[in-house]
Amino acid sequence: MSALSLAALRTSCGVPPKIIRSTSRLLSNDGHTITNVEKTFHRRSCCVQTYILSVTRLYSSQPHNPKVPKMPTWEPVPEDQLPQPAQIPADLVDKLERLALVDFRTKQGLECLEKAIRFADQLHVVDTSGIEPMDSVLEDRALYLRDDAVKEGDCAEELLQLSEKTAEEYFVAPPGNIPLPKREERAAMLKHSEF
Amino acid sequence: MAAFCVAASELLHNMKQISGFYPKASCVIRRIRTTNPRCDSQIQPRAKSTPQQLVGVVGLEIHAQINSSTKLFSGSSVRFSAPPNSLVSFFDASLPGTLPVLNRRCVEAAVMTGLALNCNINRKSLFDRKHYFYADLPAGYQITQQRQPVAVDGTLTYSLLEGKKRSQVIRKNVHIKQIQLEQDSGKSLHDDVHSQTLIDLNRAGVGLMELVMEPDMSCGEEAAAAVRELQLILQALGTCQGNMSEGQLRVDANVSVHRPGEPLGVRTEVKNINSVRYLARAIDYEIQRQIGILQRGGTVQNETRAYDSKSGETIPMRDKEGLQDYRFMPEPNLPPLIVYEDNASLPAGIDACQAVVVQKIKEGLPELPSIKRDRLVQTYGILPEHSFTLVNEDGLVEYFEAVLMATKKEPRKVIGWVTNELLGHLKQQDLSVSQSPISPPALAELLELQETGHISSSVAKQVFQKMWRSPGKTAAQITQEHDLGLVSDTAQLHSICQKVVDSHPDEVHAIRNGNKKVLNKLMGLVQKETKGRADPVLVRKILQEKTS
Repeated sequence: MSALSLAALRTSCGVPPKIIRSTSRLLSNDGHTITNVEKTFHRRSCCVQTYILSVTRLYSSQPHNPKVPKMPTWEPVPEDQLPQPAQIPADLVDKLERLALVDFRTKQGLECLEKAIRFADQLHVVDTSGIEPMDSVLEDRALYLRDDAVKEGDCAEELLQLSEKTAEEYFVAPPGNIPLPKREERAAMLKHSEF
Repeated sequence: MAAFCVAASELLHNMKQISGFYPKASCVIRRIRTTNPRCDSQIQPRAKSTPQQLVGVVGLEIHAQINSSTKLFSGSSVRFSAPPNSLVSFFDASLPGTLPVLNRRCVEAAVMTGLALNCNINRKSLFDRKHYFYADLPAGYQITQQRQPVAVDGTLTYSLLEGKKRSQVIRKNVHIKQIQLEQDSGKSLHDDVHSQTLIDLNRAGVGLMELVMEPDMSCGEEAAAAVRELQLILQALGTCQGNMSEGQLRVDANVSVHRPGEPLGVRTEVKNINSVRYLARAIDYEIQRQIGILQRGGTVQNETRAYDSKSGETIPMRDKEGLQDYRFMPEPNLPPLIVYEDNASLPAGIDACQAVVVQKIKEGLPELPSIKRDRLVQTYGILPEHSFTLVNEDGLVEYFEAVLMATKKEPRKVIGWVTNELLGHLKQQDLSVSQSPISPPALAELLELQETGHISSSVAKQVFQKMWRSPGKTAAQITQEHDLGLVSDTAQLHSICQKVVDSHPDEVHAIRNGNKKVLNKLMGLVQKETKGRADPVLVRKILQEKTS
């Protein structure tokens, strides 16, 4: 995921150790890379020469863009600026499960949900009064309008091959809308199932 | 009355702003309305003790399938019957990696319909996703326009024919909240034997125009008249073929009851209505059912009911499980749809086939049914209810005008023949105007014969029926064959009348004494002698001479 890699260059000029340390702080999000830094450091420290560590992206031949800060400039939002942490009643969890068809009723699942909501609460700090919401980065592009000419279709066999169950050129689905059982019944059902 | 309506509409306007929170509910807006005297008569006066009667409130949600060659967002064909899943593209089957591409014809159809219904066309409209799980919706969401649709705030004007002979024309308005473009879902066939559902995606992705109407109607008849008028308008525009039985026009009715002046009651949604007649019956049944529940002290449940045409009742549908949360979100794959006012506002360098210009569409609008009716009444002086009959039937106006071109007879006399004789025979054999065995020139010839006195009007009807049974023979031929020509030979008539007068001295005596009605009996006898071919005016004159 992280596209940073260290390229150690041998130079003749001295490198203040501050830069090296700040570089390693930059990589603190990715624990894996820190170990690499330390290892390289240990291996090369026996040599007298000092190095300039330049951070470059993988496969990039451009020099470092001056507009991009070399150190992270954001700070986490303090707790007092955020609104109250959201309470999620059991009914709401039930409704969410039914809408998304995902089971997350475990302690871990609920914690994950609360953390996600807390993370999104940071958006409340931004003042958006009087600003139109943007729903797509495509908003200033022209919507392409197509001519009314038949160009597709007639691939019933290909599509039916994708389905496990078919019946005479129809896709087969379970009957109608089977309403999900209520919360109490579901708990009983899950207890008896493998999960 | 007018002031009251103005006040009510202002109140409604304020409340509309508050009700912006309800995306799909078309019946939540509070209204103060007066009872419709016509529809009151349909409610049985069971509750004589209650001060005010419960009246029905009906709002319609109409889905009209756009008449285009391809679907809304994909290039697959649109046809009514085809082998299952043969008209499905990869996008319609929601295969990963496919994207929607909007069809210009559908946008033009929506704008045309909006203009015909006096709507405001939104310059910029947005697409949204409406999520729900069902097997015939492969993507799990439907692309629709919930936040900002193509057209808003329109009016549908329809007319009710009232009075004993249905001769009074009362004009009514239904307010149209919005017209939006959306995708259709596939078709599911429920196989209860094997406990499975068979899915056919031919219909998935076809463009629909959803017309959301305000709850301005109060009974089934009004709703039926409104839908009929809408059908005629859409057929005249060519944007929808309007065939309810083929599913091209789907109507869902939201029905509730309340006492006038009080807030609206709980509404139920009635689905599975396949024709305009069933619509009226279903709504009336539902209103009666809800009134019955309230009078027994119960409460109406907010549910979806299906109409069963065999029993004429609405039954609750199992499928819906309470209020759904559709999780509306903006469609990320489609930028806003921009519709241009006129050629002057087009941005520079834009391709002509990439722009939808409202002005051009407005100029190209065909003659709408209401305008056509007014024109017929104005030009030909026929009665308004006849203009309704003419416009209601496909092709009848052209037939009527063709007959008028070939005969010198007055339109008011021709209209009777067209609406009663011709239409009656067509309906009996379930034929359309284009299938009529009697062509306009043939009918015109028959009318000419009658006008010039060659045949009497009763004989003309007989000749019409004979012409119907043997197409290809002209009126003149039939008249000659069956010797139905009017006998105007005065000498012959004189002799026949003399014979009748001589053989009925008592009647002659009665007439001479002042009883003029007996003359009709003598006339009848003369007509029997001549097998109905005597000119009645002449016969009456001769008889009067002879008996005076």
